[in-house]
Amino acid sequence: MVELTERPLELEPLIAAVRSDSCGAVVAFLGVVRDISDDARPVSGLTYEAYPEMALLEMRAIVAEASAKFGEASVALVHRVGALELGEASVAIAVAAPHRGVAFDACEYVIDELKRRVAIWKQEHYLEGAATWRVNTLEE
Amino acid sequence: MRVRVVAFARVRELVGGEPALLRDVSEGATAGAVWDELVRDFPSLAGLERSTRLARNGSFVDRSARLNEGDELALLPPYGGG
Repeated sequence: MVELTERPLELEPLIAAVRSDSCGAVVAFLGVVRDISDDARPVSGLTYEAYPEMALLEMRAIVAEASAKFGEASVALVHRVGALELGEASVAIAVAAPHRGVAFDACEYVIDELKRRVAIWKQEHYLEGAATWRVNTLEE
Repeated sequence: MRVRVVAFARVRELVGGEPALLRDVSEGATAGAVWDELVRDFPSLAGLERSTRLARNGSFVDRSARLNEGDELALLPPYGGG
């Protein structure tokens, strides 16, 4: 399961999509809209936009790589687009694998590579009214 | 010939805010030539050339890539997903 969606994200469908009797570990991750920016400005919400033609191809490639690198892990990846309020999830990942170590590793790989390689952009809206397009850095 | 230009985030705002622009360009124009024409029409793009990558029909290209009628040229600022 790899998708872009304008609807609120829920983990349960992703977990259901990846789990199987051969997998002893399921790791789930949500990226969530925070109330403060990295430079300590109060945030009121985020807007995400994507170039779906490129984003979906790269998301599928990352999922395939994670599965190949980390013990045939089964991976689901969904990213939200549009306007998000505080506390809403922007990205959801579920990974199932035979053991927990590879499941955690695969999940981290997917979120790190998504931030670096996927054609999605994020605008931060601040409480005082301004807005900025935020670029991912390696440390985030 | 006519190409479709799609731009995102700050670059989209600087070229007028619409998700796509149809541009008439000379036959065999390169991706870089289309960028240069956009900079003439939208001068505030000028400082963003180094950080903006170009893609033709979904694949990254250099400025020297030639475009064909109906191609989609994407202007991609640094990503911010996640």
